[in-house]
Amino acid sequence: MTHPRLQAWATAAIVLVVAAAWAWGAHALWSSAPLPDLDLPQLDPHQYFSDSFLDRSATYERFLTVVSLLGSAVVIAALAVYARNGHRLARESAAGRIGTGLLLAMLGFAIVWLTQVPFELATLWWQRRYDVSHQDYVTSLLNSFLSLGSEFVFVCLGFAVMMGLAGAMRRWWWLVATPAFAALALAFVFVSPYLIPETSPIESPTLLAEARALERIEDAPEARLRVQEVNEFTTAPNAMATGLGPSRTVVLWDTLLDDDFSAEEVRLVLAHEIGHLAHDDPLKRVGWMVVFLLPALGLLALLTRGRGGLARPEAVPVALLVLVIAQLVAAPLLNSAYRREEAAADWAALEATREPQTDRSLMQQLATKSLSDPDPPALVDALFGTHPTIMERIAISQAWEERQPTGAAR
Amino acid sequence: MNLILNDNLERSRGTVFFRLIFALPFLIWLAVWSVAALCVAFVNWIATLFEGRSPAPLHNFFVRYVRFATHTYGYLNLAAEPLPAFDGKPGYPVDVAAEPPVAQNRWTVFFRLVLAIPALLVLAALFGSGLAGEVFWTGEQTGFGGVLTTAAMLAWFFALARARIDRGLRDLIAYALSYAAQTWGYLLLVTDEYPDSDPLTAIGPLPTRSDPIRMEVTDGTRRSRLTVFFRLALAVPHLVWLSLWGILALLVAILNWFAVLLSGGSAPSLHRFLARFLRYQTHVLAFLYLVANPFPGFVGAAGSYPVELHVAEPVRQNRWTAFFRLVLAIPALLLAGAFSQALLVVAVLGWFASLFTAEMPAGLRNLGALAVRYNAQAYGYVLLLTGAYPYSGPCHEVAPAPPGAQTVAPVPPTVPAR
Repeated sequence: MTHPRLQAWATAAIVLVVAAAWAWGAHALWSSAPLPDLDLPQLDPHQYFSDSFLDRSATYERFLTVVSLLGSAVVIAALAVYARNGHRLARESAAGRIGTGLLLAMLGFAIVWLTQVPFELATLWWQRRYDVSHQDYVTSLLNSFLSLGSEFVFVCLGFAVMMGLAGAMRRWWWLVATPAFAALALAFVFVSPYLIPETSPIESPTLLAEARALERIEDAPEARLRVQEVNEFTTAPNAMATGLGPSRTVVLWDTLLDDDFSAEEVRLVLAHEIGHLAHDDPLKRVGWMVVFLLPALGLLALLTRGRGGLARPEAVPVALLVLVIAQLVAAPLLNSAYRREEAAADWAALEATREPQTDRSLMQQLATKSLSDPDPPALVDALFGTHPTIMERIAISQAWEERQPTGAAR
Repeated sequence: MNLILNDNLERSRGTVFFRLIFALPFLIWLAVWSVAALCVAFVNWIATLFEGRSPAPLHNFFVRYVRFATHTYGYLNLAAEPLPAFDGKPGYPVDVAAEPPVAQNRWTVFFRLVLAIPALLVLAALFGSGLAGEVFWTGEQTGFGGVLTTAAMLAWFFALARARIDRGLRDLIAYALSYAAQTWGYLLLVTDEYPDSDPLTAIGPLPTRSDPIRMEVTDGTRRSRLTVFFRLALAVPHLVWLSLWGILALLVAILNWFAVLLSGGSAPSLHRFLARFLRYQTHVLAFLYLVANPFPGFVGAAGSYPVELHVAEPVRQNRWTAFFRLVLAIPALLLAGAFSQALLVVAVLGWFASLFTAEMPAGLRNLGALAVRYNAQAYGYVLLLTGAYPYSGPCHEVAPAPPGAQTVAPVPPTVPAR
């Protein structure tokens, strides 16, 4: 066989092996969520929510969806213009190949930020109008502007890795960049609990005891338990589980600990978040990131060849456009994986608390407080839904209850 | 309003020691005169609005007032030695010359107080406030809250020790006085020329120096509006990197301290590492504070940036001064702290100016460059890159002549004196 032919075969073999590994990884991640096969019934939201609330939440979310779609369209348009002309800004740099690339990447994000200001303000206006947010416009804009600095640190880190590897390895850099990003993401997930602002330890002994009991039931390792103060900005309730190993943390927003939620409801939220930790979901999120990054970076490497590859700073504006489009395309797929993880955590919480009635009341409360549409259009759910819809979550609760022997559930 | 400097640097220890007390009558008289000037200023404002120029008697009154204020502050802050006269007549070693009244744009006269705000901000950074010392001692802020105040305090100790004032400190004080005179003159409608904060043109001929740590500015005044708008955010990755590098530099500096104490000079590898760190810090500060336009690299490479820091090769240093380096550096660090406040004002004003005009005013840029250069020299001294004490005054910097080259007296570049 001639040399170029051999090279083509080798390339095909590498791509095949990578594709097989990718498919196996994605399947393994998908099936790792401990969720039984559920044939969820189609519930009528009017049985759980008033007509006025359903109208109000649908109107509220419709506007946010339109703003979000418009914002995304503007981002793509802005980045398309930037991909065409952004390389001219290299004249503002004295930073060499990689430094100039970092500048172009940051300026791309800065331009995106500028284009998003009207949409951010419109979103805030709408949230204030519906009493979901209390933040004033100037503070919101200033915080958003200042947060650019920390965003830029991550942008620089990401592009420094990509450009450095692209310079050293030419065409196949993306194969090495993916595990490098996975390592960075693992490090970030590990430290992220310590970076969440305005948190303090949970002080209630009852809540602490319940959390420890739930950890034993769900077979989850002991986690740090924190409360985050957010009531200054929003009335929406929320909680999250993050961290790895010793940094595993459950964070409850203080809006969840006000008098509107019963102790049983808060316990359910805790059980849900502990369920995420029991299922190693923060780690799996890194896995999903790898599943996304591998083809995205491969595509990036391919599409930036016209500008000399990502080793050249001139290719960075194109890379930004490719990454953003890839992210938008992958969002529905990743969202469906995240929804499955959330459903599994809901199921684990029900198994641990055995309180489906409380679960349904919690879901009603969550929807009411955050004014979220319990049954949004399927397309909106696919594009933006990282959690099952409220009606799906109520249906999960019912499905769990139906599977229990009579009298087993509280 | 031009500053005329005719001082021989010599000081009497006695008058220096009691300088504040000797200056008290002049300060009281200045306060009385200021009240009168405030009342007359309003009349002058109305008259200038009607006439299109300041009436000659009022103009002369304000020229005398500004001159007397300059004499008083010059005496108080050790920029000159003899006691000034109470009448503000010309002839003092730190003096002010003013043009006769000229026609002024009525719009700029009408809005003079508003237009003077940026100049007053620069003046505040140069002069500082009385509270700043207190703030310093509570540990909330470094520096004595003003370049002039800090320089005068350091000059006081210097003059008591040496019976003369350091040229750098004297020139720095004179520069601040020159800017003050221009600002007062502008505010009081003596002139419609906006105060120029350029330290290179404020006090006439400047010395030409070739310090072991010197800065070379080859950047123009054009600024990219986009990078100016996002300047702070763009600098954040550099600041994070600088902090990480700084931790390592601190450890290397300690090693370097031992190296100097043991061998009498920096180890070349340590010297190179610290010089690179200092160069990188200079690049980042110049970018952050709008002294330069382009985005700097992350490695502090020599010759890579238009605000370039040249650090001489290691030479033998006195072990005693190396041993007490941190103590000896305190005055320089105090002044660097005061300079950093001026640098902040430069950046804020420069940010607005650059956004509107895509140009950094040369005066602000050069004031910023002076602050960045002093900062580099101060930290270079702390890091034992040199045994030469930082030079605080404005000056022209040239590369040192190569060894063996024919020695020619340096010719200072022609600078139009203000």
